Amino acid sequence: MPELVSELTTVPDRAEARPRAAKAPRRARRRGGWVAWLFAAPAIAAYALFVLVPMARTVQYSFYEWDGIGASPWVGLDNYVRVFTDPELSGTIVNAFELIVFFSGIPVLLGLAIAATIRRIATSRLAVVARTVLFIPQVVPLVAAGIAWSWLLSSDGLVNQLLAAIGLDGVTRAWLGDFATALPAVGVIGAWVLLGLCTLLLLSGMSKIDPALYEAARLDGAGTLREFFSITVPSLRQEIGVCVTVTVIAALASFDIIYIATQGGPGNTTMVPGLEIYYQAFVERQVGVASALAVVLVLLVLACVLPVQRLTREES
Amino acid sequence: MRRHSSHRGTVIGVIMLAAALVAACGGPGSDGPQSTDAGTAPTEKPTCGKDPVTLSGYFETGFPTPKALTDEFSKQFTNVKWDIREDQFAVITQNAPRVLADDPPDLMRLPQVSELVGDNLLKNLDGYAKVFGWDKWPASQLEQLRMEPGGGARGEGSLFAMGLNFSVTGVFYNKTLAERIGMTAPPTTLAEFDDLLAKAKQANITPIVQFNGGATGGFAFPLQNLMAAYGEPGPINDWIFQKPDATIDTAANKKAAGHLEDWIKAGYFDRDANAMDYAKMMSKFLAGDGLFMFNGDWESGNLDKQLAGEVGFFPLPTEKGGKVATMSAPLTFGIAANAEHADCAAFFLDWVATNADAREIAVEVGGSHPMGPADAPMPAVAKGTVTAETLDVGARLAEDNGAMDFIANATGSIYAKSWTPQLQKLFAGEQTPDGLLEAVQSDYESQVGR
Repeated sequence: MPELVSELTTVPDRAEARPRAAKAPRRARRRGGWVAWLFAAPAIAAYALFVLVPMARTVQYSFYEWDGIGASPWVGLDNYVRVFTDPELSGTIVNAFELIVFFSGIPVLLGLAIAATIRRIATSRLAVVARTVLFIPQVVPLVAAGIAWSWLLSSDGLVNQLLAAIGLDGVTRAWLGDFATALPAVGVIGAWVLLGLCTLLLLSGMSKIDPALYEAARLDGAGTLREFFSITVPSLRQEIGVCVTVTVIAALASFDIIYIATQGGPGNTTMVPGLEIYYQAFVERQVGVASALAVVLVLLVLACVLPVQRLTREES
Repeated sequence: MRRHSSHRGTVIGVIMLAAALVAACGGPGSDGPQSTDAGTAPTEKPTCGKDPVTLSGYFETGFPTPKALTDEFSKQFTNVKWDIREDQFAVITQNAPRVLADDPPDLMRLPQVSELVGDNLLKNLDGYAKVFGWDKWPASQLEQLRMEPGGGARGEGSLFAMGLNFSVTGVFYNKTLAERIGMTAPPTTLAEFDDLLAKAKQANITPIVQFNGGATGGFAFPLQNLMAAYGEPGPINDWIFQKPDATIDTAANKKAAGHLEDWIKAGYFDRDANAMDYAKMMSKFLAGDGLFMFNGDWESGNLDKQLAGEVGFFPLPTEKGGKVATMSAPLTFGIAANAEHADCAAFFLDWVATNADAREIAVEVGGSHPMGPADAPMPAVAKGTVTAETLDVGARLAEDNGAMDFIANATGSIYAKSWTPQLQKLFAGEQTPDGLLEAVQSDYESQVGR
């Protein structure tokens, strides 16, 4: 009984003792901390100089009307109002969301299917070839890819030649110069680039799945499809999360492919925020509007990516 | 998880704080007063002296004329050396303000000057013009380079840049294809030209090969030529020079845009014009894949070399024939406001227009008319070349007083952000001729801050 009493009375003590106990190591940690900070200092300085300061500057510029050289009157939130009310600017955001379908949807869905197929033939030479072929777009510089695709998609390019060869002369067109097809055509280029990355990520994720799970499922009489949806997809939650995150960012912040393939044309149908920021800052010399659009773009990317992160991380 | 988000909160907080601090420091850029400097007033012609001097230049990639001129200049004035850097014109356009402000070159290829003058980045050349006698040249040569100091309308006021030569635009045609449709001489009325287009279409020849893709809508060339075919060049120039109350949305221009739409609907252009860039247009024309091409004499030398004797040139005729008008602009070069060797650079600019060897380079290498007094000797050019034909058109233009600046030069962004998307829409049938002019006029007004 006295033991029990002492137990009971020491409980609050212990609770208090915890921070006290933690204090001593923390002091030690603080001493070590300075050394750590010292080691990190060059990296922090570089990060601050090349990332934080430009970010802060961008936020600052977004409140001014500035041509990059001359005087700059304070305009408050006017630039932000313009981003949302000028259809030319807000239209770019709509286009970016349409691109997500191509940049994220196709690579992730198709990547899952392809990765599952490759895994089944994992030991054959064909799998190695397939992996390599799919990953090559990641190695090719985007500018070169953009140029090659604009040749493929031109009115006398390979795509139209193939269509004509199978009797589909009626649908041939200058894919990148047509109002209806320019944005999907650009999307296809993006999907081609990102498909390899997603496939490889998903494939490596699949190799970590315990084969016993598949065996158990098979014993329970599950078919290939059932296996895929009940074991493969749920186990790849994190990898899918990474794929979606990377590709959504690529879609919203796209610039290079579009700059090379269409430069935003025809008639602004493929204009995306990244390209519009560039035009506003360097062609229209509206640094304030460009900065405001850049800030909106960053917030937009965060708003899209953070929920994806949360959804795919929750169970782990 | 909670620790994570609190960290994130700290980071965001720090960024916000930093932003607020920076913002509190005041706006970026210089608030300097607008210069009223009327230029140095030299009393005698400046020279490059006798001491070794190195001039810094910022030129356009792919155009050999300036380099050929500086080489010849160094041959004649051995104390002068050049430190030249080159970029694509689009890059020069984007960088011009910052380069002129941070690293002022002695001589620089310039885009449209009005915004640069507004920011006091260019040297006022009035003083040089006086001692060298540039103000006695035909006024139309330098009109596009004049502006009130500190900004305002272009076309009059102080001189802020010079040309190395001045180019003329119009219609190039492939003589072999022309023969096939029975065209023996350039058309003299717009109706005759329309007739030739129809004949070419019937003969299964692409009537007009013209680029209209990317960020540079090449349909601005035929459109402006049609504007001049239906109306006077004066009001168009007023609009380009940002004169008060000028408008592009006029009855004559509506007819011109309507005429362009008729050509589009008749299928006179390539089906993929909206996906064609300038380089592709050139390679198609050089390959004989089109009868006509609206372009400028900067290609004359190239065409004479690659399709010798095969190509002709004429200005687009007007509705009733007679006087012609077309785009003609100096190959614009300027001196930075803070250039180190401004005097020597000005001497070079004068030499380009007056020295016989330099004038020959302007024609032979550049394919364009040299700058300078009206009675200056013209270099001899071989008959039957495109260069000879473009020079003739240049002379005719001076007689008819028909030189216009390019509608794409009205503001810094009117081409990429207004003409190009609107012309692409017109080609795709998504815009009407009237709607096109209305849209461009409304963009123009917001850009010039009316």
